[in-house]
Amino acid sequence: MASLPGSRTADAQAPERAELAALGDDALRVALSRMHLIRKFEETAEASYMRGLIHGTMHLSIGQEASAVGTTLKLERDDYILSTHRGHGHCIAKGADPARMFAEFFGKENGYCRGRGGSMHIADVEGGNLGANGIVAGGLPIAVGVGMSIKAQKQHRVCMVFFGDGATNEGAFHESLNMASIWRLPIVFVCENNKYGMSMDIARAMAVPNVADRASSYAIPGIAVDGNDLPAVVAAAEPAIDLARRGGGPTLLECKTYRLRGHSKSDRNLYRTKEEIETWRDKDAIRRLEHELVAHNRFAETELRAIEEAAHKTIEQALEFAKASPDPDPAQLTRDVYAD
Amino acid sequence: MPTELATPEAATRELSYAEAIREGLAQAMQADERVFLFGEDVGVYGGAFGVSGDLFHRFGPERVIDTPISELGIAGAAVGAAITGMKPVLELQFSDFVTLAMEQIVNQAAKIHFMFGGKATVPMVVRLPGGSGTGAAAQHSQSLEAWFAHVPGLKVVQPSTPHDAKGLLLAAIDDPNPVLIFEHKLLYKTRGPVPEDPYRVPIGNAAVRRVGRDLTIVGSSIMAIRAAAAAARLAAEDIDAEVIDLRSLRPLDFATIAASVRKTHRLLIVYEGVKIMGIGAEISAMIAESDAFDFLDAPIARLGGADVPLPYNPVLEKAAVPQEDDIVAAARRLVREGRA
Ligand SMILES: Cc1ncc(C[n+]2csc(CCOP(=O)(O)OP(=O)(O)O)c2C)c(N)n1
Ligand SMILES: [Mg+2]
Repeated sequence: MASLPGSRTADAQAPERAELAALGDDALRVALSRMHLIRKFEETAEASYMRGLIHGTMHLSIGQEASAVGTTLKLERDDYILSTHRGHGHCIAKGADPARMFAEFFGKENGYCRGRGGSMHIADVEGGNLGANGIVAGGLPIAVGVGMSIKAQKQHRVCMVFFGDGATNEGAFHESLNMASIWRLPIVFVCENNKYGMSMDIARAMAVPNVADRASSYAIPGIAVDGNDLPAVVAAAEPAIDLARRGGGPTLLECKTYRLRGHSKSDRNLYRTKEEIETWRDKDAIRRLEHELVAHNRFAETELRAIEEAAHKTIEQALEFAKASPDPDPAQLTRDVYAD
Repeated sequence: MPTELATPEAATRELSYAEAIREGLAQAMQADERVFLFGEDVGVYGGAFGVSGDLFHRFGPERVIDTPISELGIAGAAVGAAITGMKPVLELQFSDFVTLAMEQIVNQAAKIHFMFGGKATVPMVVRLPGGSGTGAAAQHSQSLEAWFAHVPGLKVVQPSTPHDAKGLLLAAIDDPNPVLIFEHKLLYKTRGPVPEDPYRVPIGNAAVRRVGRDLTIVGSSIMAIRAAAAAARLAAEDIDAEVIDLRSLRPLDFATIAASVRKTHRLLIVYEGVKIMGIGAEISAMIAESDAFDFLDAPIARLGGADVPLPYNPVLEKAAVPQEDDIVAAARRLVREGRA
């Protein structure tokens, strides 16, 4: 079998690279399962949208799964994340229930936000997900406050905040990194650089080539990693998480990746070529990891298919749960505007 | 102030609201080199709602400028360009994102002419797609126009038809003051007659869309459209409503409203923004303070947005803003029972 582009060893004789060797079978099983869950969740969401079952719009992260899963793999259940408009992956990776996510998608009462928020606002507060965000860079300053809160309460938690490359051109990004640095807050800033902010190529939008370069302005570590390489993402995220937990302050971690779908459902892809999309399809993180695992005899092909199949089942059941769920009661339109 | 009936010049082609805006932009850029369009994804992408369309290809990247995602920055850049001889037209992708640009619009653009003793002008236009009805949830569906109508130094317009969308845009570009144009997302695809040659719809002039004797219904943007549709239905039950399309919130054409109230003796104000502390409160107070108050045979009635952020669930979303049925019902009660 020909080696996939970007996979470093397709040869069982060669030793595993350190990033892979650092991951036990159980961790890999969890990671693979989450990546499949995300992929299938989004493919199913997309199909539901096409069939008119979901209104509004949605932002799919298909192609970016390794970034969401790799960065969060070493987080604890009580660590926090803050997510973005492209947040289904973060949510699943942090352990949310896909059934309640789907119910939210369908605007149902037992969705994570009781049908009030939809795709762009899914939050799983009990699971440590403080919410997707409809405002680009909206989560960054909130992360600063979460970091202050963790510190003030002398907790050992970490806050991981996700944002896109485009978000780093908002003032909020710069203000937040500065505050996190001067106060040495337990935050991991994760930029999912998928090359575009909607149609805007990062090369046209930003004066430096890498988002990670911006860390130097705030005297914090800035690390760029291949965001489609799961073991590499884990290897880059783990020290940043540890540093934050030890009181060593924030890190800016840039996962270089690519969204294979349009920005949203109205994107006609006028700003990029089919060839570019195809190149990145070949770097698909899921296939790449599976290929490497088989090559090193870590998993048998049948085992991998079983993991994928189980994820598919979970998502099918999630969809059924959402369809069967009740709609909100219109008489409760103004409920929850204020806390009691 | 003169008012007019809804009889746009005969024998014109039909354009959509979005096409009418695009034609206005093209004509303004053709006529005046100082005019340029900028905003997020207005270039190759053609604008999030397709308004700028092919303008990038017709006018090039110097006149149709893609910006980074930096709302405060681009609003300030518009101010700077405007006070030094240019005529910027800024597109904010969703009106909600004006919250990130408030500083430059409210503290700078609105006040510079006054603060500098009339020594500088700020001829900038901000286009803001607003309103609910697309399932975009709480951070992408707001109607914030009243906030800006509260600020001395700003002008605020809200076109309801393709004709007015073009005419108000061209008037706004001519205006030496900052003008905010709140476009409605649900109206972009609506079609209507639009004269080909450039023309202006004067800012501060309401339009009487239907002449009637039993009550006055005042609205703007999509609410003017719904009010007109409601009036047509009310006519079938022998209620003769006069419909006033405000078109401009600041300056407000109070004379037209007052004259109508003196004639019909009943007033219903309809708007999509949150009902309390909004446009309806101001118009009610102005009537109460004027001699038109003496002509009222019933309390003034307001129909506005529910006191809640816009929900994602489509049933709740609809229930949160006045619909045609609500207007019909309120008008009927006002005329038949003396209160809405
Ligand atoms: C403040 C703000 N400006 C603009 C938008 C519209 N918008 C939504 S996502 C997006 C692109 C964001 O790009 P990036 O941060 O790279 O994230 P990606 O979509 O690529 O994941 C834009 C312009 C928004 N939601 N909020
Ligand atoms: Mg991006």
